[in-house]
Amino acid sequence: MRLRGLVRKEFLQILRDPSSIAIAFLMPLLLLLLFGYGVSLDAKNVPIALVVEHPNADTASFTASFQQSRYFKPLFVSNMRQARSVLMSGRVHGIVRLAGDFSSKLRSRDGAAIQVIVNGVDANTARVVQGYVQSLWSLWLEQRATSAGHKLAIPVDVRQRVWFNSELRSRNYLVPGLLAVIMTLIGALLTAMVVAREWERGTMEALMVTPVAMREILLGKLIPYFVLGMGGMCLSVGMTLWLFDVPLRGSVLILFVAAALFLLAALGMGLLISILAKNQFVAGQAAIIVTFLPAFILSGFIFDIGSMPPFVQALTHVIAARYFVAILQTLFLAGNVWSVIIPNALALAAMAAFFLLLSRRMARKRLD
Amino acid sequence: MLKRILALVRKEFLALFKDKKSRFIIVAPPIIQLLVFGYAATFDLNRIPIAVLNQDSGAASRQLLAHFRGSTNFQEIAPLHQNRDIAKTINSKQALLVLQLGPHFSRDLYLGKPAQLQVIVDGRNSNTALIALNYVHSIVLQFNNDWVKNHHGPAPPAHLQLRAWFNPNLESRWFIVPGIIGLLTLVVTMVVTALSVAREREQGTFDQLLVTPLRPVEILLGKALPGFVIGLLEGSLIILVAVYWFNVPLIGNLSALFIGIVLFLLSAVGVGLMISSLAVTQQQGMLGAFLFLVPAIILSGFATPIANMPTLVQQLTVINPMRYFMVVLRGVFLEGTPLALLFKQFWPMAVIGIVTLAIAAWLFRHRMQ
Repeated sequence: MRLRGLVRKEFLQILRDPSSIAIAFLMPLLLLLLFGYGVSLDAKNVPIALVVEHPNADTASFTASFQQSRYFKPLFVSNMRQARSVLMSGRVHGIVRLAGDFSSKLRSRDGAAIQVIVNGVDANTARVVQGYVQSLWSLWLEQRATSAGHKLAIPVDVRQRVWFNSELRSRNYLVPGLLAVIMTLIGALLTAMVVAREWERGTMEALMVTPVAMREILLGKLIPYFVLGMGGMCLSVGMTLWLFDVPLRGSVLILFVAAALFLLAALGMGLLISILAKNQFVAGQAAIIVTFLPAFILSGFIFDIGSMPPFVQALTHVIAARYFVAILQTLFLAGNVWSVIIPNALALAAMAAFFLLLSRRMARKRLD
Repeated sequence: MLKRILALVRKEFLALFKDKKSRFIIVAPPIIQLLVFGYAATFDLNRIPIAVLNQDSGAASRQLLAHFRGSTNFQEIAPLHQNRDIAKTINSKQALLVLQLGPHFSRDLYLGKPAQLQVIVDGRNSNTALIALNYVHSIVLQFNNDWVKNHHGPAPPAHLQLRAWFNPNLESRWFIVPGIIGLLTLVVTMVVTALSVAREREQGTFDQLLVTPLRPVEILLGKALPGFVIGLLEGSLIILVAVYWFNVPLIGNLSALFIGIVLFLLSAVGVGLMISSLAVTQQQGMLGAFLFLVPAIILSGFATPIANMPTLVQQLTVINPMRYFMVVLRGVFLEGTPLALLFKQFWPMAVIGIVTLAIAAWLFRHRMQ
């Protein structure tokens, strides 16, 4: 009964200062729109400089494959000096050079060399570009052999199959991962300041002289923001499915159970920050620092956890987003794989329990 | 006038550093985060778990697999024995990729027929999958070249000579660590500025400040300088760590780098103060800080290239000061971009800084309840 009163008071407060509602609904809407469209690792139409020093039929057959490819936007230049300057000014990502003796070398014993230079500053894009050039090159070799009437002898032929995301659409894994990043923000933002605010405004003291228990005060804070957070989650999942066309191969029920566990952990972390800081200024600073960047970089959302050095890998275990990202990517793209879902869900439950119990312990009805 | 501003600056520093928790938050996390993120944020893959299903008994398959075992990029987990194990290993993420060699692999290879190597990759993270496949292709390419050479087969009529400028080993850490400098400098500046006016407004002390002889410009300078100084100090410290700890080459001109930092800080402080003076409560200030910070970082080209974004979003990044700073950082660190070429990046940051600071100063007086 007392709890109901507290929940009601909190809801009224939310309605009076609409910034909480903005956090829960406007923020996921805005962020998902921006990132869902903005974040992509699929390089298409990569500008590349083609240096053909002595154009003829052989070079034309090679450069034609660049012009037809949807991965490249070729820019013809006549010498390396020009190619260098367009690369330096950032207008192209790489240079492909066919030397003057390309045709004659092509028919010699050693074969012709095709020089491929990439701008290595963005190493990931550079690697992708190298991969594209390699596949164009082997396709061209094959075509050449076929038109000359013999088959190309390749010793080992790689047949690749990509499961769960056969077109390698990066949005399919980035958008589910974004859900975890966005929900981390929302969870922490919603609660990071609410207890600190009561302390700072002195209303905590007013609450303390009432018969409500600390447990009830905390639950009274938690329940409204949990409801609000789950509302934001529904909105985000809906956008992921219908706006970004990410397939959901697992069960919706499991998705929401996992989301609820994760939200409890995120809200718990926010509450803890709020209780420890006791003033909004510090709580706000702490929330800015410990929520977004760790969830962005250490959750496996964009950088592979398995490749991090062991001490960093150990550290990722305290980031709740890590477990949620694993569950989300599996549920959306692979389906109900219990061997992934159960351990990660247990970890989320443990983190939620840890944060909430610690909040309960640290929050005392005492003035100091 | 100078004396008044200095007094205000001193008061701002006191407000930031008198509280033990606040002091800790401004100093410790950026350093810890730089060290952790510097190691964590890389697109290079190490020890990719692979599983092998080898149904071939010949020597050639063992020879090919030895290439994979010898690479530090791959780490083999227990061998598979049946086709149906593949799904289990991939689904449960025990292995990122499975190599499958059919029973005729060695025979085909010796007969000069293409021997098939099946590669099954977990595409849940498509970028990781793509990179892992690239590694597989380069190992197989190497193997093929050696095989042709050793068995006197015909060399292909043309071959590729791959080279990378500015970063010959394509270490993505060289790309990411300079980016982290921008990231953390921005976060620190926002932490210092975004709540500074909002707090005074909520506590009512801002009205008191307004009735003092201080002019809005002086208040603005007093509020801006602490963020600027802290950002500059921490930014410089982070650069030292990037160069001496992470060994990222700094081949460009230091003065170009510092012009970049100063202009970037100008814009970051401006945005922070503008958000802070728009907010009536600290909660709104924090919300505003996040609403700026998160898109500014994700749409800066820090992790995913701006060129991959749709045109509309690319146009939106024009107002993002981070995007210019990223270009400056990477250009100066890795390419040694001369000062003249960086001017394109400098002036938008200066414009953003001046405009946002002007708006902040105007809001001081005009946003009162």
